[in-house]
Amino acid sequence: MSTALRQAWTIARKDLRCELRAASGIITMVLLGFLVVLVFSFSLDPGTRDSALARSGVLWAAFLFPGLIAVGRSFEGEKEVQCLEGLLLCPVERTVIYLGKLISSAILALASGFLVLIFFTVLYNVGIGLPWLALLGVIVLVALGLSAVGTLSAAITVSVRARGALLTIIVLPLLVPLLIAAARCSVSLLGQDPWGGLSFWPIMMVAFDVIFLAVGVAIFDFVVE
Amino acid sequence: MEPSRQRSLGGWRDYGRGKWGLPAIAPTPGLGALAALAMIFATIAALWWAPTEKTMGDVQRLFYFHMPSAWIALGPAFTCVFGFSIAYLAKRSLKWDRYAAAAAEIGVIFTTITLITGPLWAKPVWGVYWTWEPRLTTTLILWFIYVGYLLLRWVAPPGHKRARLVAVYGIVGWIDVPIVFLAIWLWRTVHPRLLGSGGFNIDPAMLRVLLLCLGAFTLLFLYLLFVRVRMMETSARLDALTAAHEEGEGR
Amino acid sequence: MPGIEITGLRFSFGGPAVLKGVDLRVDQGSLVTIFGPNGTGKTTLLKILAGLLRPSKGTVFIAGVDATRAPNSLRRLIGMISHQPYLYPQLTGRENLEFYARLYGLKDPRAKAGRMLEELKMTAAAESEVGTYSRGMQQRLAVARALLHDPRVLLLDEPFTGLDPQGREQLSGLLHGLRDGERTVIMTTHDLDEGLDLSDRVAILARGKVALDLPAAGLDHAAFRALYRETLGT
Repeated sequence: MSTALRQAWTIARKDLRCELRAASGIITMVLLGFLVVLVFSFSLDPGTRDSALARSGVLWAAFLFPGLIAVGRSFEGEKEVQCLEGLLLCPVERTVIYLGKLISSAILALASGFLVLIFFTVLYNVGIGLPWLALLGVIVLVALGLSAVGTLSAAITVSVRARGALLTIIVLPLLVPLLIAAARCSVSLLGQDPWGGLSFWPIMMVAFDVIFLAVGVAIFDFVVE
Repeated sequence: MEPSRQRSLGGWRDYGRGKWGLPAIAPTPGLGALAALAMIFATIAALWWAPTEKTMGDVQRLFYFHMPSAWIALGPAFTCVFGFSIAYLAKRSLKWDRYAAAAAEIGVIFTTITLITGPLWAKPVWGVYWTWEPRLTTTLILWFIYVGYLLLRWVAPPGHKRARLVAVYGIVGWIDVPIVFLAIWLWRTVHPRLLGSGGFNIDPAMLRVLLLCLGAFTLLFLYLLFVRVRMMETSARLDALTAAHEEGEGR
Repeated sequence: MPGIEITGLRFSFGGPAVLKGVDLRVDQGSLVTIFGPNGTGKTTLLKILAGLLRPSKGTVFIAGVDATRAPNSLRRLIGMISHQPYLYPQLTGRENLEFYARLYGLKDPRAKAGRMLEELKMTAAAESEVGTYSRGMQQRLAVARALLHDPRVLLLDEPFTGLDPQGREQLSGLLHGLRDGERTVIMTTHDLDEGLDLSDRVAILARGKVALDLPAAGLDHAAFRALYRETLGT
């Protein structure tokens, strides 16, 4: 068990190191997130009080684009250098590969999401307090869910042409429950009554993450046979 | 290693003669005839026999096509994709892959019908094209998931690898659908809804027509499934024969 | 006698079969070279042995273990050198080796990587990113990666491709050095001269089957060339 976790962490670390070395990947992701926030702002009236709804939409769009890139890169990186086979040759459980890449893409999505949140906070004058931290927590949960579903889907689409857009098409419909929950939470947290609107939505996010992590772990073997 | 080329199968005449002199594409002509009859009856029933709805008028008759389509799409069609995907991963026979693909294709068709008849019915009756009603919205998400399934199949070169990948997606997609429905339902009930959604007391006579339509659509689904699978098998056999022929000639 | 036993192996990607019933026995400790034109399925055969592909039919036993199940215990014993070097260009040579050493569960991965680099005389380049390496150096590092866990079975897919004469000499010398009576080596190539001197047995893969399989002793290059042409029917 501990070998599995150690191997997963080795893979995650390797992925992160590669991404940091070829920093262009991360930089484009973060810049993309910033640009989405900026461009969507033109459709909004940032000064309005009850634009929590609109602002939520901006936040999640700005999170998802970089997030999807992060998730895609974990396998695209392997494919580019044709190293996936090298990984498969090692005495490593396929599930461990899934976990390792899940961890690395979650960390990347989270990092870019955090930066986007900062940018968002500044541009929309969001107050920093407990609700803001809770919002960060929501981002963590979404990053995990995105990685759980996305890593599995990236492994599927990487074996096939036209990876980039197809990955987005495959992942987004599956993420709908998570996105609904996240949007409901952020609307509440960004609005007048931060804690009132939360109700059961955080539980739904946690449940989603747990379910799809389990599904991914169970089914990943079949993808990389 | 060249992926096998997809061949278009030409016209009806290319299939040769099968049972009762019908084109051999019809694998189960009995089922076909039954399905055809059932659909004719159902259409007549929906358009004529069914009593006219009090408030909505004749437009309500769309419902007899809308609801069974939705049922076939959400229920049998995509559960079949799930089941056949599992069967493929267990048995590794391409036959299950073809069944899953056929079920997905037919499912997408019925889903599209649902999504088109829904707004067509909603606008005259309620004045809006779309209500974020849980069932209809889930159907929309479902449409995306299974179009994604077909896209994956389309882009990947045919063979066991494609079958495997697509089977995994078919399984994950099906697991997701109930969660999607739950999330949308929770979202819509917590928030004040735009309108009350399609709950109206159903007259026994209408119920009879509805059940008839349901049955007819189910028969149609089954028949289309078998026909489509037969088409795929024939196409695969043709590809194999062509490849063997080319190999024999030393290309 | 533990070694490699392949019986009735069939494989297809979903269309016509690439391997149509391959039978081969490789004794432990021997070096077998499989010859054959491009596209006959040599790489596919090696991938099946390495556990990367699952055959449609047939059995493969490596040291008595069913290789089609591809258990991790077998993976520890197998090393493969393929067309792709399986190296990450953004990482340094040392980092690449340490990564694989960790995945193989080797004790003290850092030291092991260091030793490997010394043995292959790559310590100088070890701290540079692999993306900056020449092809020859990449190949050397790929060999280091394959030998890191001291595999009992070595699979080499056309290893001499793209090497200059010096590189070829080095690789030949390396392979000679690896023969210790217990390590089994299977090599594939489409070049008839390579490796004929290194091999204990030679086999020819043609039309999806092993068309010829005999000891290499006493075969000179000309005779083998003639035999090859005859077997392929060209």
